Amino acid sequence: MFGLTLADLIAGVTMLALNAYVVLGGADFGAGVWDLVAAGRRAHRQRAVIADGIGPIWEANHVWLILVIVLLFSCFPPVYASLSVTLHIPLVLMLIGVVLRGSAFTFRAYDSTGSAVQRYWGSIFSIASTITPILLGMCVGALASGALAVPADADFHARFVAPWTSGFAILTGFFTLAIFAFLAAVYLTVEAKDEDLQEDFRELAIVAALAVAGLAVALLILGHRIEGSITPGLVSRPWSLVLQVLIGLAATTAFVALVRGAFRTARVAAVAQVSLIVWGWAYAQYPALIPGVHTIESAAAPAVTLRLVAWGLAGGAVVLVPSLWYLFTIFKSDEASAFQRVDTAEYKAPE
Amino acid sequence: MSDLLAARSQMAMSLAFHIIFAVMGIGMPLLMVLAERQWIRTRDPVWLDLAKRWSKGTAILFAVGAVSGTVLSFELGLLWPAFMEYAGAIIGMPFSLEGFAFFTEAIFLGIYLYGWTRLTARAHWWAGVAVAVSGTVSGIFVVFANAWMNSPTGFTLVDGKPTDIDPIAAMLGPASFPQALHMTIAAFATTGIAVAGIHAWMLRRDRESTFHRAALKLALLVAVPASLLQLVSGDLSAKFVAKWQPAKLAAMEGHFVTQRSAPLRLGGIPDERTRETRYAIDVPGGLSFLAFGDFDAEVKGLDAFPESDWPPVAITHVAFQVMVGLGTLMAFASLWVISCWVRKREVADSRALLGLLALLTPAGFIAVEAGWVVTEVGRQPWIVQGVMRTADALTPMPGLVVPFAAFTLLYVFLGVIVAWLLWAQIIKTQPDPAHPIRRDV
Repeated sequence: MFGLTLADLIAGVTMLALNAYVVLGGADFGAGVWDLVAAGRRAHRQRAVIADGIGPIWEANHVWLILVIVLLFSCFPPVYASLSVTLHIPLVLMLIGVVLRGSAFTFRAYDSTGSAVQRYWGSIFSIASTITPILLGMCVGALASGALAVPADADFHARFVAPWTSGFAILTGFFTLAIFAFLAAVYLTVEAKDEDLQEDFRELAIVAALAVAGLAVALLILGHRIEGSITPGLVSRPWSLVLQVLIGLAATTAFVALVRGAFRTARVAAVAQVSLIVWGWAYAQYPALIPGVHTIESAAAPAVTLRLVAWGLAGGAVVLVPSLWYLFTIFKSDEASAFQRVDTAEYKAPE
Repeated sequence: MSDLLAARSQMAMSLAFHIIFAVMGIGMPLLMVLAERQWIRTRDPVWLDLAKRWSKGTAILFAVGAVSGTVLSFELGLLWPAFMEYAGAIIGMPFSLEGFAFFTEAIFLGIYLYGWTRLTARAHWWAGVAVAVSGTVSGIFVVFANAWMNSPTGFTLVDGKPTDIDPIAAMLGPASFPQALHMTIAAFATTGIAVAGIHAWMLRRDRESTFHRAALKLALLVAVPASLLQLVSGDLSAKFVAKWQPAKLAAMEGHFVTQRSAPLRLGGIPDERTRETRYAIDVPGGLSFLAFGDFDAEVKGLDAFPESDWPPVAITHVAFQVMVGLGTLMAFASLWVISCWVRKREVADSRALLGLLALLTPAGFIAVEAGWVVTEVGRQPWIVQGVMRTADALTPMPGLVVPFAAFTLLYVFLGVIVAWLLWAQIIKTQPDPAHPIRRDV
């Protein structure tokens, strides 16, 4: 199909899973950022909307990351191995962040001992939510800037530290954080049912949208100066300009919709904008998986593995898609939310 | 501390931490679903109270299990990149399927935990069933991947490179069935015994509590059959090890010298230097019989292997004794439960039995940890039995003692918090007629 191989298709599915992680899991991170900066008279209510919004879908959103990892090591084992070696330090730091925020969020939900302790869990959750995306972005920045093509005999700093601490990588870290925070604020305008809270999140969303735009331009300029970076691919390939125009359109739609208070439209446009950014990156880098080191073809597992995983993906999708649809209808649609079962809500406790 | 030792320690610590939550993540959903079913049938609020408490516990345990599992999926590469580069294409299959099963579990757990008032009784119960089934299935797939490390099949080695890969054959190798069976039953036995133990302990202080009586009954319904079946699956596993990993069997038994009619050694401390196991009670011909079904069969001792291929003998042997000893105790308690039930139709009236069950609360966990020590330490020095040495799989990243220390601190912190939360939020809070359970949990 279109000259694509099976390995290309599986790389595409991996990218799709990463895209889902960004727009779903990423928004959970972003919500943690807003939890951190919540201030003023409505801070408590803002935090409550955040907790209600992510509670039921929280665990499922984060499994997308595991899916990405699993696909990577089954279908492109050398890429998984190579990234694990060169990005050891930021990945370990990121994992500590993942562990802390995941458990702190649940501890906060189930700890009813008192507000002081809950605030303590709350701050661990929100601080970890802020730092983790930056680290994730730094890893992506190291990859996209072509900095991971380091010879194995390089010294410690050149091999294990320099690639992910370049200006470009750090800027990508903040870009990722801005994207996650932007998504979260846009979603929360829809989740919040009170007008004053909607207004709060609208303002935050607009600030974040401006940050996303500013950082995107900065990255484009900076990236063009780095040899081996994929940034030229963002504009020079056949479909690059179409993609860039679409991103611009989606971003403008989201921004205008936010300003006008059309929150549902803004949500759709924001998801489109961020997804297009993810695919813009993928397209610019294609067919390299680690620029300068591995391409899809050079890293792909034997055909038999790819075929079986493809079947596994198809079978898994048959289970997953309806399940996810069910989850989101129950908790994210108005009709289902209106249903209230009473027999388990109140009952006479046993003697 | 050498990098290899630090990496092995970090992996061991991460697995030891995760397995506790994995075991409860398989066992607890079954208990909560059974309790909710009783509530739907009888409308006796005691069952609803139990189902809600157990689901609260499941939520906390699942969250920590999910994040520590995420860490493991990265650690495989962070610590053993050469292993993953080698094995990824061969054992990626069970990992991919596990990914989907785990995903399904996370989705339906969200529906179950937050859907008490959003779904009809029947739909809510089925969501719980989906959690229990997908949790069990995901555990089985992970064990399949580990089983391949014990009996690598599904490929041919050509010049040290795997070719002719057959991922299905690799997933369903000779170790897969006995190992997955043993681990799945262990999860149910461990959770059942632990929950039964906690409620037995409560019952010793408050004999008439209908709440604790109900909880004990359900927990034993899971624990008793699982603990007894575990004897059979343990025997299957031992026969597998005897056939496929003779060096591991020899280490498990502290069996240094190849001989016919080999004795079964109970207890004892193996000494690798003098090549003998001291202070053990020998059952003549016992090992030959258990391993090969023949009292006269020859059992290879460690002397049949070069010393460079020996696993650490003392650790493997002692861990094996601990696992078997505790498993036997759990089976004994289960028989006692059955005898009480047959005679009196009630188990909560025997104070001595309640005492034993209370003592056994941590037994399953200790047995599971010991069992994984046997599997993993007993396979050393190989990461893939006979194919790749652990030392050759190590990352070139220096200073591995740093992440080891960091994750250890993190997990100790989490472990303390989880234990305290389960205690303060779920176990200690007694059902109180004046304050029914909060409706938002």
